[in-house]
Amino acid sequence: MISGPARVLEYDLHLYRRVWRGSVVVSFLSPLLFLAAMGLGLGGLVNRSAGGVNGVAYILFLAPGLMATTTMQTASSESTYPILAKVYWERTYEAMLSTPLRVRDLVFGELAWLVVRLTLVAVLFFAVMLVFRIPRGPEAALAIPAAVLNGLAFATPILAFTATQTRDTSFSAIQRFLIMPLFLFAGAFFPIAQLPQVLQAVAWLTPLAHGVSLVRGLTLGTLTQSGALVDIGVLLAYTLAGGVGAAITFRRRLIK
Amino acid sequence: MDPLISARGLTKRFGDLVAVDGIDFDVAKGEAFGFLGPNGAGKTSTMRMIGSTSPVTAGTLRVLGLDPAVDGPRIRARVGVVPQLDTLDMELSVRENLVIYGRYFDLTYAEAGRRADELLAFVQLTERARDQVEPLSGGMKRRLTIARALISEPDLLLLDEPTTGLDPQARHLLWDRLYRLKQRGVTLVLTTHYMDEAEQLCDRLVVMDKARIVAQGSPRELIERYSTREVVELRFPPDAAESMDGRLNGLADRVEVLPDRVLLYTANGDAASAALHESGIRPESTLVRRSTLEDVFLRLTGRSLIE
Ligand SMILES: Nc1ncnc2c1ncn2[C@@H]1O[C@H](COP(=O)(O)OP(=O)(O)O)[C@@H](O)[C@H]1O
Ligand SMILES: [Mg+2]
Repeated sequence: MISGPARVLEYDLHLYRRVWRGSVVVSFLSPLLFLAAMGLGLGGLVNRSAGGVNGVAYILFLAPGLMATTTMQTASSESTYPILAKVYWERTYEAMLSTPLRVRDLVFGELAWLVVRLTLVAVLFFAVMLVFRIPRGPEAALAIPAAVLNGLAFATPILAFTATQTRDTSFSAIQRFLIMPLFLFAGAFFPIAQLPQVLQAVAWLTPLAHGVSLVRGLTLGTLTQSGALVDIGVLLAYTLAGGVGAAITFRRRLIK
Repeated sequence: MDPLISARGLTKRFGDLVAVDGIDFDVAKGEAFGFLGPNGAGKTSTMRMIGSTSPVTAGTLRVLGLDPAVDGPRIRARVGVVPQLDTLDMELSVRENLVIYGRYFDLTYAEAGRRADELLAFVQLTERARDQVEPLSGGMKRRLTIARALISEPDLLLLDEPTTGLDPQARHLLWDRLYRLKQRGVTLVLTTHYMDEAEQLCDRLVVMDKARIVAQGSPRELIERYSTREVVELRFPPDAAESMDGRLNGLADRVEVLPDRVLLYTANGDAASAALHESGIRPESTLVRRSTLEDVFLRLTGRSLIE
């Protein structure tokens, strides 16, 4: 039965239709500005003083890393406020559940929407990378699904968490204590190997480190098979565990 | 004919709290059936179980011949729900609220749109079709919720306190629409704590109090069984009412002393108030009226419906 999730996806698309222009412009311009400022500006310094990073120019190192952080951030904002609105503030799900739709339709429908939303963001980011001639070869386009998977690894656990909340205060904590530190330290701006040993181990437990590594490897054509398997495995594990969690917390919250 | 809804020993518990305590009832096709009771009686919990959005804790429930535990989506496909608190979508326009909701029942856009226009006319909101929902009045929102519940052309319409919080004019407009639905053969199940609403709309009702059904029948039957034909309402100066109790006893079949008034239950109100006058009792005001479901509730529970 695919029609239930499709209806929920359709609702999300309907709402997005109103804001899509602004959203697309932002999703294109912000990587453009970031890569210009940090890739070219800051990157110039890095290249001159250190000869690039891991043997490539800084912008080549940075861009795919930023692509992964971008889907992480989109996933985080899409799975917090709008979801709590539907669970609690606006009670959209309550209305949906008085129709033939079931809780699992809501969960799968929102996942489908996240995939659409993350794909859009990833495609636009990839387009910006093309502007800077960063991707190496046509296989580099695989960075797009990789970045989407990286986003899902954040989206599903956060979705599960959101369904347990009655206030939005915890969302700024997620932003401050999870998303922000990962953005800075999980390998997007500098290699994780630069971190102290203990922090390196911590970093590799998070999805973003693997998302960055996978997207970067695919974009630059430097991926090893074993590295790819580990990265994909970790991202899938987070996505699946979060999905199961969300199915449980959604049910607990919405069926009384 | 099999009943449209049938409940036996229907029970809902939330942890230790018993919200619905083993109630039995049947609703026949085409009737308007009511749950009358004060806040907390268990009306909403019962409605949500019938609407197959809340699992039954114990007992059996059949809706349209189906078991909600197994066939929830199939039941919901044929039941329209007007919840106690509106769940209209503030992100959507009035018309979109109907069309998008229709999509959840797998209607095509064309069909959902056609029905939406018809229903907006029915609930007199055609002029507001393109407006946002937020600025609508309470009565308009309620009518829109009813229209939304009808988009799937349900066999059964569940209305949880359809007019609570509305002004008298908005209530009458809404009753009129519900009355029309009833004439078209839609089965209505509604909850209310207004006895006039129950009397106006319900062919048959159950009186609920503290999670149980305390009486059931048509409004007329209930009044005949649990009250007298007429009631004399007396108001006395503060403190005087208490001392009246003994002196009033012989004047009516039954006397209720409430904080703000005294009620004399009698077949003939005029005769009772004449007798009252003769015995030299002088209340501040005297009013003879017919018995209502409010009197039935008072008799059954010792309390008023609306505290
Ligand atoms: N989701 C819930 N969790 C816990 N208790 C609930 C819940 N819903 C209702 N109750 C309790 O069940 C009882 C009956 O409530 P309800 O069915 O809403 O009554 P009514 O609609 O007649 O006012 C009340 O004591 C209420 O507090
Ligand atoms: Mg209620």
